Amino acid sequence: MSRDKILAALRQNQPEKVPLPTTLAFERDANLNLAEKFKAMAEGIGSKVYMVAGFDEIGPVIGMDFPSEKRIVSTVPELVSAAIPAFVLDADPQTYEDVDVAIFKPRIAVAENSALWITEDRMGVRALPFITQHIIMLVDIALLVPDMHAAYEKIGAADYGFSTFIAGPSKTADIEQSLVLGAHGPRSMTIFMYS
Amino acid sequence: MDGATQTHPELSEIFNKDEERVDWHDETLWWIRQKRDKSAHSIPEWEQLRETASQIKNNVLSDLSSYLVSFEEKALANGIVVHWAADAAEHNRIVHGILKENGIQQMVKSKSMLTEECHLNEYLEQQGLDVIDSDLGERIVQLAKEPPSHIVLPCIHKKKEEIGDLFHIHLGVPAGTSDPQILTETARQHLRETFLTRRAALTGVNFAIAETGEFVVCTNEGNADMGAHLADVHIASMGIEKIIPERRHLGVFLRLLTRSATGQPITTYSSHFKKPRPGQQMHIVIVDNGRTIQMGREDFRNSLKCIRCGACMNTCPVYRRSGGHSYHNAISGPIGAILAPNLDMKKYADLPFASTLCGSCSNVCPVKIDIHQQLYKWRQVIVKEGYADSTKKIGMQLMTFTLSSPVVYRTAGKAGRWFLKHVPFAVNNKFNPWYKQRDMPEAPAESFGEWYKKNVKK
Repeated sequence: MSRDKILAALRQNQPEKVPLPTTLAFERDANLNLAEKFKAMAEGIGSKVYMVAGFDEIGPVIGMDFPSEKRIVSTVPELVSAAIPAFVLDADPQTYEDVDVAIFKPRIAVAENSALWITEDRMGVRALPFITQHIIMLVDIALLVPDMHAAYEKIGAADYGFSTFIAGPSKTADIEQSLVLGAHGPRSMTIFMYS
Repeated sequence: MDGATQTHPELSEIFNKDEERVDWHDETLWWIRQKRDKSAHSIPEWEQLRETASQIKNNVLSDLSSYLVSFEEKALANGIVVHWAADAAEHNRIVHGILKENGIQQMVKSKSMLTEECHLNEYLEQQGLDVIDSDLGERIVQLAKEPPSHIVLPCIHKKKEEIGDLFHIHLGVPAGTSDPQILTETARQHLRETFLTRRAALTGVNFAIAETGEFVVCTNEGNADMGAHLADVHIASMGIEKIIPERRHLGVFLRLLTRSATGQPITTYSSHFKKPRPGQQMHIVIVDNGRTIQMGREDFRNSLKCIRCGACMNTCPVYRRSGGHSYHNAISGPIGAILAPNLDMKKYADLPFASTLCGSCSNVCPVKIDIHQQLYKWRQVIVKEGYADSTKKIGMQLMTFTLSSPVVYRTAGKAGRWFLKHVPFAVNNKFNPWYKQRDMPEAPAESFGEWYKKNVKK
């Protein structure tokens, strides 16, 4: 059986055990303004960022930015209205193929790279953050952490079937290194930051 | 693959015929290297990160068997089916078996260098199955019936006009289209249809976590996620060396990977797959294919630390000027040149010589693999085992003779200078391999030895 053969070969060939590094503590700029850094990084990779005072400001902006988009779904109960219907679960992920705008609330926002950590329970279905033409993220600035180490400290041993860091709209530069936004996933990302 | 029997010098010669293209290729990759530098220098703790990543990978190699057992145990508990493949053929048979069992004829695939190494597409096509690559660059080379020329940038060797021609033939864009925006949009529409209709998706694995049994797949395009979340069957193929011990170690590797690869702070998507969604099957195929043998080669085992960022290719003066296809191996560039001889020393005997040993590859490697040292060591192994080509052997013998006798050395130097000065055509001709794509240097009037004797010893 290949499993046992592979493991036996490794036991034979792997070198003497060396320890893991004892610490993952790295220098950090204690004075870094996390919200500013996050916003600069997000805009640098093509996201649109709004700072808002409250949820009631968000709906009108969405209406202005996406005037002709037909199917909008919100996985965030606080952001459901006549214009923005709540996400309704369908077991067949293909049925979300015509979603134009989808709204989510991630769990962690990483300042160093503007990555947003979102878990399966906040996606509606796993396919939704990818299949939607445009993605909107609602980010409480209390979710900000400086870097990926801090993000994983916060995630700890949390148990999710699927989770992902998303940083900006989907993109490619495979053709002569020309950056094109909107490869297979969303064509744009809009972030609303609030406190 | 075409040219599998041709060597790096022969294949480079073909690439070098188009001088303008070589310059363009060289400059494009150097530009990516510069983006990497800018990104790395913006992180004060960069060197500490590299050292930590290297130490974590050293630990992984020293205890890989236990980590794999732990990973398997956790993955099984998470509801993932785990398969083990001793070699490429077994890997391909396992994937085919899963598809057959589910009555699936068509599969969508995101980037996986391991499946390139195993020649999975060719195998499945021979069995009458249809595989579509969904990474834009991979789709382009698939349409061109070529292998990828770079592990991160599969079609970096292609001009947008050539891609336009391919899309004209296969995807129906008007002739003469070359705008990257339009070409990308065309591929988006074409592949969206594919994602929606394929019941099986295969992805690679960037990191597999022994502690949790989850695996992480990184893409910018979102193609791995589009495939996996829409398919009934998700197959993930991984080499045994993809293991990292703990989830928190991802912080180190995700910070290094994309900054090293393209200069981005992180990929758009870093997806953590832990359990299949309800009703979905999730399979992992863990592949050896020569890796356990490499583990036993003390001088070369730490090539298994590689996280496939491609930084060594972008910086390599030989890769930039010879192109990825000149390495006639799924993984090209400096890292490919130290991995390939392990698989087939005879077939890839030329690759460790495709280097200037300048050491730039080792300097940019995020996990501190001593790539240029290994290139140098492979040369010795290959010569000792008798796989070096005969001109190289004769050349080396001549050099040994010349360099071991001061009299012969001085005479040879004098003769060389005389030839370059008085009869340059004697060396500036096609029989001298150094003259290809290069001008010979102007001969100095005297050697350093002669100058030193005249000026200092007096």
